[in-house]
Amino acid sequence: MTDPTTAPTTGSTPAPATASAPVTATPAPRPGDPEITAELVADHGLSPSEYELVLGILGRTPTFTELGIFSAMWSEHCGYKNSKRLLRLLPTEAPWVIQGPGENAGVIDVGDGLAVAFKIESHNHPSAVEPYQGAATGVGGILRDIFTMGARPVAVLDSLRFGDLDSPRNRYLFAGVVRGVGDYGNCVGIPNIGGEVFFDRAYEGNPIVNAMAIGLMKREELITAEATGVGNPMMAVGARTGRDGIHGATFASEELSGDDDVSSRPRVQVGDPFTEKLLLEASLELIGSGHIVAIQDMGAAGLTSAASEMAGRGGSGVSLEMSRIPVRESGMTPYEILLSESQERMLVVAKRGREDEVRKILEKWELEAEPVGEVTDNGHFQIFENGVLVASIPALPLTDGCPTYEREGIEGDDVKVARARDLGHLLEPEGDLSEAFMSLLKSPNLASKRWIYEQYDTTVRTSTVVRPGGDAGVIRFRGSRRGLAATTDCNGRYCWLNPREGAKAAVAEAARNLVCSGALPTAVTNNLNFGNPLKPHIYHQLREAVLGMAEACALFETPVTGGNVSLFNETDGVAIYPTPVIGMVGVLDDVEAHAMTHGFKAEGDAILLLGENREEMGGSEYLYRKEGVVAGEAPIVDLLAERRLQHAVLGLIQKGVARSAHDCSEGGLATALAECAVGSEKPFGVQVRLEDNLAPVALFFGETQGRVLLSVAPEDVDRALDMARDHGVPAVSIGAVGAPGSSFSIRSPRGHLELDIGRVAEQYHATLPALMTRSNGGEPA
Amino acid sequence: MKRYHLEVRVKPRPGLLDPQGKAVAHALSDLGYAGVADVRVGKILDVELDAPSETEARERGEEMCRKLLANPVTEDFEVTVAGILEDA
Amino acid sequence: MKVAVITFPGSNCDYDGYQAFKLLDGFEPEFRWHRDAALGDVDAVFLPGGFSYGDYLRPGAIAHLSPVMEAVRDFAAGGGPVLGVCNGFQVLCESGLLPGALLRNPSLRFRSHDVHLRVETTRSPFTSAYEKGAVLRIPIAHGDGHYTASKEELAELEGEDRIAFRYCTTEGGLAPESNPNHSEHHIAGILNPARNILGMMPHPERAVEDILGSTDGLGLFESLRAHLSGTLATQTP
Repeated sequence: MTDPTTAPTTGSTPAPATASAPVTATPAPRPGDPEITAELVADHGLSPSEYELVLGILGRTPTFTELGIFSAMWSEHCGYKNSKRLLRLLPTEAPWVIQGPGENAGVIDVGDGLAVAFKIESHNHPSAVEPYQGAATGVGGILRDIFTMGARPVAVLDSLRFGDLDSPRNRYLFAGVVRGVGDYGNCVGIPNIGGEVFFDRAYEGNPIVNAMAIGLMKREELITAEATGVGNPMMAVGARTGRDGIHGATFASEELSGDDDVSSRPRVQVGDPFTEKLLLEASLELIGSGHIVAIQDMGAAGLTSAASEMAGRGGSGVSLEMSRIPVRESGMTPYEILLSESQERMLVVAKRGREDEVRKILEKWELEAEPVGEVTDNGHFQIFENGVLVASIPALPLTDGCPTYEREGIEGDDVKVARARDLGHLLEPEGDLSEAFMSLLKSPNLASKRWIYEQYDTTVRTSTVVRPGGDAGVIRFRGSRRGLAATTDCNGRYCWLNPREGAKAAVAEAARNLVCSGALPTAVTNNLNFGNPLKPHIYHQLREAVLGMAEACALFETPVTGGNVSLFNETDGVAIYPTPVIGMVGVLDDVEAHAMTHGFKAEGDAILLLGENREEMGGSEYLYRKEGVVAGEAPIVDLLAERRLQHAVLGLIQKGVARSAHDCSEGGLATALAECAVGSEKPFGVQVRLEDNLAPVALFFGETQGRVLLSVAPEDVDRALDMARDHGVPAVSIGAVGAPGSSFSIRSPRGHLELDIGRVAEQYHATLPALMTRSNGGEPA
Repeated sequence: MKRYHLEVRVKPRPGLLDPQGKAVAHALSDLGYAGVADVRVGKILDVELDAPSETEARERGEEMCRKLLANPVTEDFEVTVAGILEDA
Repeated sequence: MKVAVITFPGSNCDYDGYQAFKLLDGFEPEFRWHRDAALGDVDAVFLPGGFSYGDYLRPGAIAHLSPVMEAVRDFAAGGGPVLGVCNGFQVLCESGLLPGALLRNPSLRFRSHDVHLRVETTRSPFTSAYEKGAVLRIPIAHGDGHYTASKEELAELEGEDRIAFRYCTTEGGLAPESNPNHSEHHIAGILNPARNILGMMPHPERAVEDILGSTDGLGLFESLRAHLSGTLATQTP
């Protein structure tokens, strides 16, 4: 029978497996290579001073191939040159951190001899150009980062942002990204357990597509990507190399301009989740076999980054023979082969003499494995083409010598103006706010995200305990009582108004979501999505956000174990909101007993509010929907109060007192109560009476942080309130869960809402589908 | 032996629900194309096949369709010899 | 009781099926690779969900030509029970072991959520532990689940009591909104004429433990165990 995974073999006779050359050997320019000029250097994204460094490292002019290599490795995407100094400010250590930043993924100890690898990564630019493939390959890449650590991927999450859905283009991008995330993860068979989506005109033209993956392994199965053992063969594994995605890493580090989306298309990679699934199984079998030393995905900057980073980490050298690389197209130059970002490829360092065993495992999974080079002791990254040296670069300066910059950061004037804006008039309406709430529910930022997550397989692997739609997703670990909760969070509006407070809020909300799911917040992976850092106001956002994140992560004892930086997210010079997405995981000691959901459980249960209500409307969804602006002061975050709150909530869940728990976030208290009411199969009624003498708009719709809604059995109210107060957390009983189908009623001294819960539920579920069935609803054939 | 280029067209059977076709028809109307009465979405497979004669090439193509390329429950197929590529 | 769990390249519910069989005393699940030309000494076969061969060409189209499917065909011809779930159902239809075909969901979207199923017949090795008319809550997760067949085949399925499960409302009624992929006759699962092959789109192996949200799929495995051990299954409501 035909084997669809095997491409026709090329006719040429392979050159000798590898050669090596003394480090003093000078590579020859290839015939046809362009001359190295100042323009060519600039086109490769290297500044004159960076080029000077290159000259210093090499002691000569680079060849065209070498210029391409430096360009990719010293791009922001690989070299982190504008962010590295700031990233050093983040806390990265804790006793439970097994692997911090710098590897394919971070790894933490989760007890019972198990370890979890997890990481988040962006695919913003590719998704702006081709949403389906951009998102799909984003998921593919992050899964490979997980299983190359030796962990089996067990969950994915996606954090997405788009412009407003009234534009057909945004609906097209949104629908395509969701389909891409879904198709890829569904096919590989990894459940999607959560994430977030946000719509705001700031993401017009530059959507955010961040994918997070989580993998599980036994502690001893951990493998790191260090090329060690001189003479060990390096093998290319998986799909063949084509011309797709060449210079994707530099592409990801440039601004998009409004009209180049079509011309950028050839750079976008195409994903093949079927090959990924085979690669996943083959890789885990390889790692378990003991035949290999290291394995790494050929991701951004492809073979170049995989090989040079493995050499850099291992303190060794590598030499690669280009004619041995299995290619999909003929006539590919070393430059193209080295920089191709064709998907579903891995670079493996095998143990010497075990090549056949490696090949046998790959063949079982209908994949190819070809020796393409070897580990050397000369510390150089050396590239041969049919035995002729075409590039020779010291590995360490290439991977670690990328210059880093600390830029000037100054707050933008537009933000100062927006922040100073008086929002007093917003608070004026009092009395019946029922219809105001109904129109708020028409916001896709508040409405149900079911339209999205019903396109994702959420139950494959039969380990999903809490599915998407609540505060955090929860999975169990088979053979252990433990489990893991995971979430992604960030409100870009708060971060734009005040990047430091906004980043703190993102960390705090992520931790709160985990706690509401019954987990102890444990560690963080972050995705810093920002504009062009060369602009002082953007660098200011970046620095402030990192400082806020560092402070919050330190206080919550949730170290950052890795992540991704995506800069230059601008369209026609306009940046997205600063969007430092926090991906956080938390451990549940007893997943069966402690996993918690947000939906009310029984009529007659008491509803408790933990935390304090304040009059804060800055950056709120209510303001954006009502006046189309983002203004005012971002909600303040009191980290110490937040920590007390989280301890209290987790205690109440672990003691079995809380029957449901839900974080209050976008859309305020009214929205959170509605979510609790409709979070079960038949929506419950809600009878709530608040005593706060605040403006009802702020009380119902304001987005004050640090609040959690709990439901408890009526007889447990006093005990629950006492426990909360023992932690120093303000706590009140605000009402009761009503009969299914009864009214949704919230009253305060100055205002009220009174609605049929059926109507609330209907609007909550109808908003997103209604927006997406509009004409040109983004369903390209 | 010659190498033939077979063009295999696989189409949803008449009357069978074709949601993709419906969606495309809808999108075309949205783009302002009046009078799009119906769209059906199928697929074309380009097969390069070495065979002693054109007739044999076509027959083998048809057999492939019956065995794998088309689902007889839901799809019709049509095999044409689109060209002779080279002497094999 | 040995159960062969078949793994095709791209299967991704093989492990879930394996685990579900493991939960019940008496079952000994074993993996079989798609290249295996023989099943060995087994009492039942499970064709799992997933995306065999990436669903390229058509879901199940390439997998049904695997060497192992020849063995499955022989096993079924001898009366051995074969359960195909999701992609496994698609493989069974493609191979002609079950009538009809599974087409793209009319919404053109992958659908992943719990559905309600009405047990239509208890006369099968897979459904004897249920009560006729019982309503089960079980997840679906598929992009190609729209069941279609010729008028004659549909009439046969109805007339011979070979529809095992239909999509229904929480109360067991048949309504368009409870038929997630607009399947003809609300069909979620069907039997072959000899009643030893069941294909179904919903995933019973994902509804076997309280922690997963439902145990309504257990009855299927209990039925099969009873069938294989020659005992009567205890009916679970």
